[in-house]
Amino acid sequence: MTDGTRYKIEGFLKNASVHLLLITVAVTCIFPLLWMIGSALKTQQTVFSDMSIIPRHPVWSNFYHAWTKGGFGMYFFNSVIYTVTVVFGIVIVSSLAAFAFSRLKFPGKNVLFYMFLAAMMIPLPGSFVPLYVLMTKLHLVNTRIGYILCMINVGLSFSIYLLKTFFDKMPPALEDAARIDGCSKLGIWWNVALPLARPAIAVIIIFNSLNVWNEYILATLIFSSKSLMPLQRGLMIFQGTHITEYPLLMAGITITVFPIILVYFLMQKHIIKGITAGAIVE
Amino acid sequence: MKLKDTLENYSFVLPAVLIFSIFYIVPLFWVLQLSMYQWDGILPTKVFVGFRNFLEIAQDKIWWKAMYQAGYITLIALTFQNALALTLAWACDRDIKGGNIYRVIFYLPPVLSEVVVGLVWRWIYDGNYGLLNYWLNGLGWAHLTTDWLSNPKTALTAIATIHSWKGFGWGFIIFLAGLQTIPRQLYEAARVDGANSWQIFKKVTIPLMTPVFILVSILTILGTMQVFVLILSMTGGGPGYHTEVPVTRILASMVGSSRFGYACSQGIIFGAILLAVSFIQIRLSKHMRQA
Repeated sequence: MTDGTRYKIEGFLKNASVHLLLITVAVTCIFPLLWMIGSALKTQQTVFSDMSIIPRHPVWSNFYHAWTKGGFGMYFFNSVIYTVTVVFGIVIVSSLAAFAFSRLKFPGKNVLFYMFLAAMMIPLPGSFVPLYVLMTKLHLVNTRIGYILCMINVGLSFSIYLLKTFFDKMPPALEDAARIDGCSKLGIWWNVALPLARPAIAVIIIFNSLNVWNEYILATLIFSSKSLMPLQRGLMIFQGTHITEYPLLMAGITITVFPIILVYFLMQKHIIKGITAGAIVE
Repeated sequence: MKLKDTLENYSFVLPAVLIFSIFYIVPLFWVLQLSMYQWDGILPTKVFVGFRNFLEIAQDKIWWKAMYQAGYITLIALTFQNALALTLAWACDRDIKGGNIYRVIFYLPPVLSEVVVGLVWRWIYDGNYGLLNYWLNGLGWAHLTTDWLSNPKTALTAIATIHSWKGFGWGFIIFLAGLQTIPRQLYEAARVDGANSWQIFKKVTIPLMTPVFILVSILTILGTMQVFVLILSMTGGGPGYHTEVPVTRILASMVGSSRFGYACSQGIIFGAILLAVSFIQIRLSKHMRQA
């Protein structure tokens, strides 16, 4: 054997073992999801005996039953409402504030900005306790608006920080040109700043959507009527009352994760960029 | 004119400051205040007890057990999860075929909610009908089967494993981003000097990655110590108190025994511990950089 072929074989083996490791881990990442979908397609009788991943006779009606009888249709609708309104609120409120922190002058500007920054850094475990007390005092317990406002606050600090770093890079010439054209400050925010910050806004939309869609604890404390609950809460309720109805539960979970996975695959580039940005902030 | 200008500028930050004050600052002060009281969360009567809640925490055995258990999960996350994340990032850092596909797949568990992850794995771990025991039986390892989440010996490790499964993709992305900032010429120069892969990893990669390691370990500690939704969806803290963590205890004080004051003091103690840990780590990292 010549040295050249030996290097080639060594290189191939090295490459193959690296791929083997990567593929093994990748399979463990996907497998539970396949198992979840597979279980959702079995019946209450076969789910405990049929251990194949893809059942021979898939039962699609579980999705229908979970959606209607299981209440997941209602939970889904609620989750959509919360996600859309909260994310919309965060984008508007945080971009207005970030624009002011970056471009406008007013006394106490730095103090206010550092206040938002500090909120990101200081861990507040169990902050749901006083938040619940607050909600009770404001009569916002078991209301949609109460939950929405709470969740807007959750996403605010990070979004303001991210947008401010973006607005800081905005060329002043653009702003001046807009002002000469008679644009008000609000007009500059809307016509110049927001379009320029589109990449940052995309990151904010995606991350906050994931966050609101996946939120559990505040939804648990704030809502007592089923008709107001989002999916994550609904899943736990369903699990608590139908403990052994695995096919329906798995169908409910599939309904819950489907939009997340869809958005994730469509937006993965932004998401991966966003995590790196997020980690650097903290 | 000047005043009108300033007021106009303030109006831009007003909505954010208003929401932040009501939903962050007011609760923050209430935590500090309520921690000094005994209060059931409903009746208007609050009894001032000074620091007695804090004294009680010092002797609360379940609380410190929960703290220890969170520490155990954190230790597994710091070692196993981060080692896995780093190895995979290192493997993907070379120009490997399908690198992007791996990246997308590894970050899939982190985008799922803790409720979803917990419930799916609870089903796989199930003692009677779970897939894990089915496979162990199939492999002839029936003696290894157990009711994973009800057995006090296995429950916590089972949760820690799933926590690591859910979290490694995040560490992977950060490590990979860090690795990609290392100039390729450094690797080439080391190779020309006759260094093998392991030596390059030890002498080039690790020193340059130290800031990233510190960042990831701080965020891993802060994130893992505060884990609790995963636990609620997998075991609810049981069997007994074997999978309780500080935040599930805070929740139990509040919802379970209606002791809002005590829950707030637990939150303060725990927050202070977390803050202290991250301070020490930042200090250590500064010290290491100077050395």
